[in-house]
Amino acid sequence: MSTKSSSNDAAGKEFELERTPLRRIQMTLHRYPWLSSLIVLLAVVIAFGTVNERFLLPSTISLMVQQTVIVGSLAIAQALIILTAGIDLSIGSLMIFGQMLMANMAVLVGASFVLPIAGQNPYLAIVVGILAATAAGAVNGFLIVRFGLPPFIVTLGTWSVFMGLTLIFFKARTIQGPEMPDVMLVLGEGFPVGPFFITYGLVVMFAMYFAVAWALRNTAWGKHVYAVGDDPQAAQLSGINTNRVLFSVYLVAGLIIGITAVITIGRVGSASPNVDPMLNLQSITAVVIGGISLFGGRGAVVGALIGSLIVVAVEMGLSLAGVDQAYRTASIGILVIVAVGIDQWIRKVKV
Amino acid sequence: MTEPIVKARGLVKRFGSVTALNGTDFDLFPGEVLAVIGDNGAGKSSLIKCFAGAHTPDEGQMWVNGEEVVFQSTQDARRHGVETVFQTLAVAPALDIASNLFLGREERKKGFMGSVFRQLDKKGMRRKAAEHLESLGISTLQDITQAVETLSGGQRQAVSVARAAAFGSQVIILDEPTAALGVRESAKVLDLIKDLKDRGLTVVLISHNMPQVYEVADRIHVQRLGKRAAVVTPKSASMNDSVGLMTGAIDLPDTDQQLSPV
Repeated sequence: MSTKSSSNDAAGKEFELERTPLRRIQMTLHRYPWLSSLIVLLAVVIAFGTVNERFLLPSTISLMVQQTVIVGSLAIAQALIILTAGIDLSIGSLMIFGQMLMANMAVLVGASFVLPIAGQNPYLAIVVGILAATAAGAVNGFLIVRFGLPPFIVTLGTWSVFMGLTLIFFKARTIQGPEMPDVMLVLGEGFPVGPFFITYGLVVMFAMYFAVAWALRNTAWGKHVYAVGDDPQAAQLSGINTNRVLFSVYLVAGLIIGITAVITIGRVGSASPNVDPMLNLQSITAVVIGGISLFGGRGAVVGALIGSLIVVAVEMGLSLAGVDQAYRTASIGILVIVAVGIDQWIRKVKV
Repeated sequence: MTEPIVKARGLVKRFGSVTALNGTDFDLFPGEVLAVIGDNGAGKSSLIKCFAGAHTPDEGQMWVNGEEVVFQSTQDARRHGVETVFQTLAVAPALDIASNLFLGREERKKGFMGSVFRQLDKKGMRRKAAEHLESLGISTLQDITQAVETLSGGQRQAVSVARAAAFGSQVIILDEPTAALGVRESAKVLDLIKDLKDRGLTVVLISHNMPQVYEVADRIHVQRLGKRAAVVTPKSASMNDSVGLMTGAIDLPDTDQQLSPV
């Protein structure tokens, strides 16, 4: 090595800031943003476990994990979109459209008079439902990329559009579990693992987390998703086709939403257009609590899973402690604001 | 006479009613450091953005290595060996140094995992990035997996320059590389430019800083009102002369200009 580079070394050290313990914590959290949410999850579990021993019963834990399956799955789609500095308000509506389509196709007498589609092979119904949700995601992506519209507005619009289409095509009739072929409900079934109970829906959710996390870490597409969310101009000048990356993210999100539609039918045991209307906001809550920055480009998708678990654990813990529903809702709100505050602090890190 | 590595004739670029380039000529010869100076709005940035592929000129022709080219994107420019360090640096702050060096041209693993699952060769890219930084004498960047946003301004500039100098590029365009830096870090960037020249690369330096231009440039292209006003050398014209040419106070006949390599 030349003498010049050694003088560079000396100069580099001179500029280094003192590393206080607080700064070290800040830097570590900056590097692994999901770590702070994992710590919160552990703290929540320990706190509620100490207060009420029923909280740590295998049956309670199994129930809590099963309860995360819908929001946890939707949060994968939301996480991908938020990583690109976007937001998807249409997630719940797209998911309901997908599940109503597949349920109406699979039953003998469907609610749909507009689309005479009932009585199809259930496997075909599932595939068509997933493809429809994927196509709906592509519509979001197309409007955002082609016309440069803000994701917030586009997905606010498609949220209403698909909610309306669901009512137009499928009326407001809930397709009950017993009406559907068994295969439609299989993701709600499961198997015991020791004292715990795991549903097939959970297995699918974990598989989706693994696939998306792997792709984000190990493919060029993953790097480009982060780069586009971080600084779209810089990404473009670096030779990344930012439009293609954005479109692909909304397309993949649609696919995940479609798969979640099958999971939801299994979990709920029916296909109803009145599934929790808060699903959109809950998925955003899970992502934000999981340490994924709303400003894009920062965070790991596993954070969305941790975030979903935190929300469910807080709800369950407070409920076991006999706290009223209204207080539980308010405490989740506080959690979101604290999470965003922590995100802002971590982003300010400088070496 | 040596052929220019980058040549342009009569470039015109308009933005609505504003004419940024009004028939600019440009010659860059292999192995030289050419400074481009000019007042604000003279068209320096528009000119180099044409070579970078960020703008496509409305009129005029460009050649690289004697071959006529039309750049529609920065990728087109890169394919012809022309790399640009933009003033904004165009780095992804949250990604690490190695990822930034390979941003937009990642390398995949060989074999099944690379071709079917498109897995990146992260280890290989990190190793190459470290080797490359060391060969440029930028070894302050100890940890190749450090996020770029945790680096100082000078270090970020070094990452950008290193990215441009990698991958078999021939021409490196630097847009105001020292504008945001202190004296000490500026000196390092100037050293880096000299290093690039020693390695046989051709450098275009856009700068407002006359002493820096005079320190490293072989020839100086003076841009004025969207045209090439003159080409001088640090020896043929004083700093005052250059400023005069920039503002239009002085006119230089073609015979007194340095239109061929030094």
